[in-house]
Amino acid sequence: MATTTEQWVLVEMVQALYEAPAYHLILEGILILWIIRLLFSKTYKLQERSDLTVKEKEELIEEWQPEPLVPPISKDHPALNYNIVSGPPSHKIVVNGKECINFASFNFLGLLDNPRVKAAALASLKKYGVGTCGPRGFYGTFDVHLDLEDRLAKFMKTEEAIIYSYGFATIASAIPAYSKRGDIVFVDRAACFAIQKGLQASRSDIKLFEHNDMADLERLLKEQEIEDQKNPRKARVTRRFIVVEGLYMNTGTICPLPELVKLKYKYKARIFLEESLSFGVLGEHGRGVTEHFGINIDDIDLISANMENSLASIGGFCCGRSFVIDHQRLSGQGYCFSASLPPLLAAAAIEALNIMEENPGIFAVLKEKCKRIHKALQGISGLKVVGETLSPAFHLQLQESTGSRERDVKLLQEIVNQCMNRSIALTQARYLEKEEKCLPPPRSGTGESSIHNQGGGPGCPAIVCFRAWWPPHDT
Amino acid sequence: MANSGGGAVCNGKLPNHKKQSDSSQNGNCTKNGIVKEAQQNGKPHFYKPIVESFEEAPLHVMVFTYMGYGIGTLFGYLRDFLRNWGIEKCNAAVEREEQKDFVPLYQNFENFYTRNLYMRVRDNWNRPICSAPGPLFDMMERVSDDYNWTFRFTGRIIKDVINMGSYNFLGLAARYDETMKTVKDVLEVYGVGVASTRHEMGTLNKHKELEDLVAKFLNVEAAMVFGMGFATNSMNIPALVGKGCLILSDELNHASLVLGARLSGATIRIFKHNNMQSLEKLLRDAVIYGQPRTHRAWKKILILVEGVYSMEGSIVHLPQIVALKKKYKAYLYIDEAHSIGSVGPTGRGVVEFFGMDPGDVDVLMGTFTKSFGASGGYIAGRKDLVDYLRVHSHSAAYATSMSPPIAEQVIRSMKFIMGLDGTTQGLKRVRQLAKNTRYFRQRLHEMGFIIYGNEESPVVPLLLYLPAKVAAFGRHLLNRKIGVVVVGFPATPLAEARARFCVSAAHTREMLDKVLEALDEMGDLLQLKYSRNRKSARPELYDETSFELDD
Repeated sequence: MATTTEQWVLVEMVQALYEAPAYHLILEGILILWIIRLLFSKTYKLQERSDLTVKEKEELIEEWQPEPLVPPISKDHPALNYNIVSGPPSHKIVVNGKECINFASFNFLGLLDNPRVKAAALASLKKYGVGTCGPRGFYGTFDVHLDLEDRLAKFMKTEEAIIYSYGFATIASAIPAYSKRGDIVFVDRAACFAIQKGLQASRSDIKLFEHNDMADLERLLKEQEIEDQKNPRKARVTRRFIVVEGLYMNTGTICPLPELVKLKYKYKARIFLEESLSFGVLGEHGRGVTEHFGINIDDIDLISANMENSLASIGGFCCGRSFVIDHQRLSGQGYCFSASLPPLLAAAAIEALNIMEENPGIFAVLKEKCKRIHKALQGISGLKVVGETLSPAFHLQLQESTGSRERDVKLLQEIVNQCMNRSIALTQARYLEKEEKCLPPPRSGTGESSIHNQGGGPGCPAIVCFRAWWPPHDT
Repeated sequence: MANSGGGAVCNGKLPNHKKQSDSSQNGNCTKNGIVKEAQQNGKPHFYKPIVESFEEAPLHVMVFTYMGYGIGTLFGYLRDFLRNWGIEKCNAAVEREEQKDFVPLYQNFENFYTRNLYMRVRDNWNRPICSAPGPLFDMMERVSDDYNWTFRFTGRIIKDVINMGSYNFLGLAARYDETMKTVKDVLEVYGVGVASTRHEMGTLNKHKELEDLVAKFLNVEAAMVFGMGFATNSMNIPALVGKGCLILSDELNHASLVLGARLSGATIRIFKHNNMQSLEKLLRDAVIYGQPRTHRAWKKILILVEGVYSMEGSIVHLPQIVALKKKYKAYLYIDEAHSIGSVGPTGRGVVEFFGMDPGDVDVLMGTFTKSFGASGGYIAGRKDLVDYLRVHSHSAAYATSMSPPIAEQVIRSMKFIMGLDGTTQGLKRVRQLAKNTRYFRQRLHEMGFIIYGNEESPVVPLLLYLPAKVAAFGRHLLNRKIGVVVVGFPATPLAEARARFCVSAAHTREMLDKVLEALDEMGDLLQLKYSRNRKSARPELYDETSFELDD
């Protein structure tokens, strides 16, 4: 039997151990220890490890030369030779000492130098002075702020509104208040810079869809749905947002809101809508793109807009249901950590709202003007108008690019200068080209330098502002 | 350690130095008020001693504090349980019926703290006021019928509450008087809005005037102004640094600096608050070892600090930081939101406070919200820096520029501080603020409270520790018509809830005495006098005359 023989071998071994001389055992013991040592010690050094000596460190510190804090810039950059406006930028504007008709500011409703608005601001100045000297949490909440929030909520027919002291900071703070790392945001390629910064601050996953292309959006949503089915546990905590603009700052087009709402319910993603350009412009009462399409405002989770265009004040607001909006009072960075809006600016915004509510006719006037200008701008050789006829900001674009962005910009600047000579103030829409790269230009292939114009008839209550994309024209 | 000329933290007073700064206040001011003597002497600088204290809490207080949070959390769970079972009414706003099957907008634990701890004491924040935020303000009385879930205004106004919360350091935020006439004029001419960006058609002559004045005020080559203080940081830091650059940021920096750093895409490393050893170690390692993994050298290193820290009351150790930055060739960005106008013999901020040259700091940033009683911010420094920002600042390209009447208020305030209005009232205010600060801090210290920060910082945090005391403190003081700011987690570390006072030049001695008296009583009532190195009470020290001598 195999086992018995094995047992015999063992017994023999033990016997041999007894019989072996002591020196033999000691020698074997030492050998075993030696093997163990060899097994556990490194036979060679992987790397010659030598810490830098103090002297070497000092030399390294001595050697290192940083780049300059700011690289030099050429003296003829347009931003350094900026236009200086003296006096109010209303429908007549004095640019570099020359009086022009103003087609360059976003003062759509002409409320910027409205005497009623000024009077309201003045009354507020008399009562409150200028600054608030604190954030909303620490005695920076004034009765005017509460009034304005209330009025905006009523005007937009939502439960609650929240105001920020800077238009740019509004959507840029609102997005990261909800969307966190790991959440998914579907965003239009043409989204404005404030949205881009908000998305960057949120550190969420960003999926870009082609400008106003609902099929593309649905494709991305479907892809995500398939992804979610693979990992349902993760999908249960991954929030999905669609971020769009009502009227796109960069293109002058309107978002297809009804389709977006359908997609929202189909794929269970929340919609954040940026209405800086459409608030006070679209819709019968100027309530923006929801009114324009007749969409129930409760279907939109969050609407944000600034008060710097139509309301001709400073600041921004978000509105929606309390369940959503109230969260920003503790999580909106630009709300919590910034001084509140100076009361006189809030008072001006309230008065502007009053005017909007009292004269709903101004929106029709504005639309009429937009249409007229849009039509008049057609057929300028070499230039084409981009954007909706209803948009008060038109982009004129060169029909054909010269091939280089730089030359396009120069050409457009020449047009702007020529207009200025004829006392018409236009402006080229400026972008930080390097920064905008994270979201490519809305249209590939065309030069995306653009001119943004603003229009108004003297003496009329409504001023039209238009932006246009002018791609290059030869000859 | 780069420890240039006596800038170490020391606790003693150095009388000869005091004299020097006093004489420069009185005499050698140049036209725009910059103290030339301190900048021009070729002698090794002898900087101001930094007298700061951060006394630790006694052990039993810390134990009780954590117990307090523990009990609050336990009750929170209990009440959440009751709400879930419908035994307790849930007051929170709820999701729309149509969207119940969406992924929840908030994670439940995210809101636990808000719902169960913050909600109990919520009446201490967002208190609405209905007058200018001067030394006294009027507050709208509000009550809650459902334990702070909603508030109802009674329509009554609590008149003349002493304002210890607003950052109105120089008392320039006040109701309209004749000195504000220029603001009124500008408002009447320009209106309030601009409706364009700086790059397009939004550069008004008022902006240019303000920028020139800021540069002159700070004694630098150029300056640029922005419409919001928060955005000045968050939208300009990304223009200065990017990938391959390193940002060394103080752990207690304001949210706007943190956001700006994060948006820039640069690597961020944090050093201990005002701790020069920690900063030097990071700088050394950064220069020697370069970027992680690739070991390429960093493109540039930017140190982000604040002048006066708003929750600690500490003042940046500028002389040491400048020495370090020079040694390691880093750049320095200093946020003077709370220090501009409020420290330094003529209100020029921490640079002047330490008698240093503004050229030592690469980027001087500050806000107009506090000392100037307006809103917005600036960045100042060398001309090439400002020119670069004019071209590349996110704010300049995409955000509406500053409202003209607000700009005018800054111009007015700045001229007032500089004495360009033809009076010495501005300088008097700055000195009054220093005097009030000293007095207020010294008295609190004597009473045995633990207060944080530099003895010359007008931001005075008083440590409360226990969460329950935070609420009691705020409410009791409001009953005595004193408005204070109390802060707890997450604005401070969990166990270091505190009250924060902002001393103003507009506070009269009577107001401060009234507040101090109330605090003394409150300290006994709520057992807040935690300090263990209490000095003997020597009331004769605060006698008006002896105090003047001390100053």
